[in-house]
Order: sequence, then structure tokens, then C-alpha cells
Amino acid sequence: MNQKLRIDRVHLINQLRQMLRIRRFEEKCTQLYAEEKIRGFLHLYIGEEAIAVGVMSVLKPEDQIVATYREHGHALARGLSMGSILAEMFGRINGCSRGRGGSMHLFDKQMNFYGGNAIVAGGLPLAAGLAMANKKQHRDAVTVCFFGEGAVAEGEFHEAMNLAVLWKLPVLFVCENNGYAMGTALSLSESETNLARKASGYGMASSQVDGMNVVDVESATSSALELIKTTSQPYFLECKTYRFRGHSSFDGQLYREKEEIRQWEEKGPVIRLQNWLKENNHFNEEELDELESEIKAEIEAAIEFAEGGAWEDTRDLCKDVYSPTQEGEPG
Amino acid sequence: MNAQTLTYREALRAGIEQALEDDERVFLMGEDVGRYGGCYAVSKGLFDYYGEQRIIDTPLCESGFVGVGIGTALGGLRPIVEVMTVNFSLLAMDQIVNSAATLRHMSGGQFNIPVVIRMACGAGRQLAAQHSHSWENFYAHIPGLKVLSPGTHTDARHMLGQALKDPDPVIIFEHVMLLNESGEVSEAPEADMESALVRRQGEDVTLITYGGCLHKALAAADELAKINISAEVVDLRCLRPLDTDTFLGSVEKTHRAIIIDEGWKTCGLAGEISAIIMEQGFWMLDAPVKRICTAEVPIPYPSHLEQAALPQVEQIVEMAQAIMDGR
Ligand SMILES: Cc1ncc(C[n+]2csc(CCOP(=O)(O)OP(=O)(O)O)c2C)c(N)n1
Repeated sequence: MNQKLRIDRVHLINQLRQMLRIRRFEEKCTQLYAEEKIRGFLHLYIGEEAIAVGVMSVLKPEDQIVATYREHGHALARGLSMGSILAEMFGRINGCSRGRGGSMHLFDKQMNFYGGNAIVAGGLPLAAGLAMANKKQHRDAVTVCFFGEGAVAEGEFHEAMNLAVLWKLPVLFVCENNGYAMGTALSLSESETNLARKASGYGMASSQVDGMNVVDVESATSSALELIKTTSQPYFLECKTYRFRGHSSFDGQLYREKEEIRQWEEKGPVIRLQNWLKENNHFNEEELDELESEIKAEIEAAIEFAEGGAWEDTRDLCKDVYSPTQEGEPG
Repeated sequence: MNAQTLTYREALRAGIEQALEDDERVFLMGEDVGRYGGCYAVSKGLFDYYGEQRIIDTPLCESGFVGVGIGTALGGLRPIVEVMTVNFSLLAMDQIVNSAATLRHMSGGQFNIPVVIRMACGAGRQLAAQHSHSWENFYAHIPGLKVLSPGTHTDARHMLGQALKDPDPVIIFEHVMLLNESGEVSEAPEADMESALVRRQGEDVTLITYGGCLHKALAAADELAKINISAEVVDLRCLRPLDTDTFLGSVEKTHRAIIIDEGWKTCGLAGEISAIIMEQGFWMLDAPVKRICTAEVPIPYPSHLEQAALPQVEQIVEMAQAIMDGR
């Protein structure tokens, strides 16, 4: 195991705080969706928080992140402000993508957060490319690419795996295996359901980890990054997880049993860490209440920030289709 | 003949059911069409009734399963392949363009591909750029394909059956904003699938459109009637091959034309229709042909910007007024 891992009480409480921020934020989002403040699709990360939090906590600011449409958790754990995320979901100009992207397209250049891609597997070649640019320019950064197990069936997945190994690209592929791609169970979509093994077919180092355990995810990520550094090879990390809610706002969940969801909820990442901390006397109800009210305040402030954001003038409709012609940073 | 009132979604489902009943070789294949019930709930319930041999859930591999669908058509089956939305069909474009559209020609007419590919299209649900585009124009560009756009409930109900009888690959675009709308469905198709139809008679100006913009054109015609401008509405229905006679015939009567297309204006279908009118009917025009298309921007998420990007009824009314005024 990697020495850099610091598993002490303060750190664990912080991990819990991060997971709870995501959980409570998204619970609020469902309410805001019902109120029609948030529109379009809303893909919740509830149940999967340990992955974003575990992975992000070992990344450096210069590392880059490529995410999917289920990315509120990634964005929050990466450090995008809750206000700018919510404002984006409200479609306001103070959102992290100036309101143009919405829930599925959160971007933040400062945070090296490259979105928010709603084409399944679309992010994988992109991540390999970012890693290639890092390598060619001798930047000491790793690109981390999140995607669901559904992406594994797409051609882009296979092409990106092959290129990443062939060209020794410093990229960490994080597969969030929640067992379902919309309503299609893994066993109905893959001939080989051990996805880590599938990656190893490309000659890539890979492992499976309990995606419900934030400590396991963190330590696996840490080892993976170490390996990427020492071997100059990509790495494939399969995190076993579950989404407690439907695929998106319109999912009747006809394809799975309520009992199955209940069983997974019992192993949920938040409840699990919370109980462990309590049982080992690291944490009491009072501290938990404090944490909760701190998060509540953050959410309220985020709502205020988002509500206060302006609607972009329709005269600017065709803005940001092309970059300014002068050399330099796009506006 | 009896007419029935259905939602556009129900009309589409009825068409699929009929096809499954009529021909043993027909099956439906695509992402989440079965157990999930279809991403737009079009195929809901079919899996329970017809089972997994005829309602086939595929993995996420558009190029793969569309290619397989094309192969089954080559092998004598009658596949209905559903690609969730036209946006994702870009991953399958190689199979559609390089295989489905070309095999008949390259084989000197020995093989044909009776595949039907259905996909949702259009904007208006605040799903942002990657879920809102209208690529009908792309497919309408390809020789070897037939491209249908059912803008009415009757067409939603019947065009699938007509497409399945066609020996060549047919793509059907189903506009997402129509799905929940109710409308009348007649028992039989109104015309063969390749004919355009005049949906409303008029004297002063022809509104040429299809699919999701049809009801906007009809609404605009209602508004125009109030100010004594009589608009004729032509529903293209089939974007390839184009039934040019119908819209040229209409322009011959009205001498003015506005094309309304949810695709982008530049290099698109609206430009093509305009060129056809110019080439074949220049002498009958009393005013330049006009186009109302989507603004040249990836569709934005916020509602007010999304709506500002799309063709709207008021725009049509205003433009018709302007050309009547000679502005
Ligand atoms: C290329 C493409 N095909 C289909 C879709 C529609 N779609 C969006 S999410 C999804 C399921 C993806 O499942 P998975 O990769 O397992 O990720 P999860 O949603 O479970 O996190 C599908 C089919 C899409 N967005 N892109």
C-alpha cells in the first residue's frame, strides 16, 4: 500500500463530509427539479459518492478530469463551487459553463475539469488525448477518466484502451460499475463481465475495488497513480457500486427489484463510514449534526447564488460558437 | 373510415405492434427498448408480450448493433433498429452510410438492405447540445437511403409499415416534442410514404416544412388567416427522395415560399429546397424564397436561449407578412 495515504480521524471525517455534501446536494436537486428550477435530464450519483471522493482526494490540482453526464459528485469532490454547479443547472450565466450546458455539461477550466460528456464513452478517447498532450509536453499530470460500465460495450472504449497502452499514456480509467446501463444489466450487455480482466486483455494493469468503501477507493487510486508514474502506463480501476435512484428523472425502474435496491442501500458508502466512525468512537451524533447543518448552509447559499444569477441575453445567443480570432485564450 | 385519438407515442407503438403481428421476420432491436421500456417509452410493454427474441435489448454499441441490423436485413429478416436519438446515430453513421446505403449499388443490384432505423430527433426539452440536434439533413444527403419524417399522428402510425415494405434502408425521425401530443389517427395511410402532402390550402404563400415544425407552420397559418394572409402548408413527409412536384405545384399557385426547418440553415435541406424552387420555378416567384431555420449555435440548455435558437410561430408569421408587404 502507498505510504502517502493518511487514514486518520480528521481525514475520514473529511471524506464523510465530502460524500454527505454530494448526497445532500443531490437530494435537494430532486426537489428543485420537481419545482422545475432544474430542467432537462437529471442523473443522480446517490450511492456512488465514495468513488468521486476517494479518487479526487488523491489528485493534484494539475491532474485533469473527464467525467460523464452523472458528474455532480465528481464536480463537487473536485472542488467546483456548489453555487456555480447549481447556477449551471438553473441555466444562469453565473453557472460553471455559463448556463449553456446544464446538469450534464459541467466544465471548469481552472479546476482542470473537462466536463460533463453526455455521449457514452465519448470521454475516453478525449482523456487519452489529454494524457498524450501531458506526456508530449512533459507535464507531471495524470488524466482521470470516469465512465459507467455501459461504456465498455462501445467501440470508443476499445480503441481508447488500445491506444493508451500502445502509446504508454498516463491516464487512469475509472469504471463506475453500478450494474446497470439505464435498464440493461451488465450480464445482458457484456460477454465478459469482469471488466478489469477485459482491460487486461489490452495489456493494461487493472484491479477491482469495492466502490462503496471510500478508503478502498482512495488507496486503490493512490497505488494506481504510483504505478502510472513508475511504469508510464495507463491503469484501469473498476469500482463496484450501485445507483440507488433511477437512471435519470424519467426512469420507472421496471428492470430491477425494490429488494435489490434496499440491500445495496444497506452497504451504502455514507452509512457505512458513518457507522464505522461511530462504532470506533471517532465521531458522535453532535458532530454529525454540526456537519449536516454546515452542509445545509452551503446548499442554501448555493441556491441563493443560483437564484441570483442572470439569464443570458438572447442577443448573445450565438456567442461562443467560435473562438475569438486573435491568438490567445478563448473568452 | 374510423379515426382514433392517440398520442404520437401510442401511434408509434401501434405501428410497431402491427408490424410485429404482420410479419414473423420483423423484430425490434436497440438500447433499452425491452426491459427499460424504451428511453422515450415508445416500446413500453412490448417486451412482456413479445419476449426477448423479438424485442432485443442491445448493449451500448451503436455502430455494432446498427451494423448487425443491416446484416440481418441482408440475411432476409426485417429489422426495426431503434437508435435512441439521432445524436447517438453519429456513432453508427459509418454503418448507415458506408454499408446500408451503398451495398446495393456496389453489388450491382444483387443485394438489398430492407432495414428500418428509427430515431428520436429535435430540441425543446432543455437537454443541451448533445441531446437536441436535428441531423435529418445529414441523412437526407445520402443516396441509397430513404428518409421519413412523420409530422402527424397518422404518419406516426403508418409510415413504419410502409417503410418495412420498402426494399431499401429507410430512416424514420420521430420528433421528441410530439410524443405526448394527442391527435387523430386514421385507419389507413393517407398517401404512399414518399409523397408530400398539402396540409392546408392557401393562396398567398407556401410554408414548406416537415416533422416537428409542421404544427408550428399550421399554427402560423391560423395566425396569418386572421390578418387575411392565406398560407398553404406543405408537409414534405419524406426528405429523401424529395417530392418536388408537390411543393413546386404549391408555389405555382401562391408565388411565394418560406421553408421552415429545425436543422441549421447553412448547407442544409432548406437551402436545397430553395435551390430547387429557383432552378425549376424561378419564373413563378413573386418574392425571394425565405428560410427559417435553427440559429447557428449548438442548442443551449436554458429554455429562453433554446427557444430563441429554434424556428418559432411568430417568426413565420412575421416573415410571411414581410414578403406579402414586399419587404
Ligand atoms: C452513445 C450514446 N448512446 C446512448 C446514450 C443514452 N444513454 C445515456 S446514459 C446511458 C446508460 C449508460 O450506462 P453506464 O455507462 O453504465 O453509466 P451509468 O449511467 O450507469 O452511470 C445511455 C444508454 C448516450 N448518452 N450516448
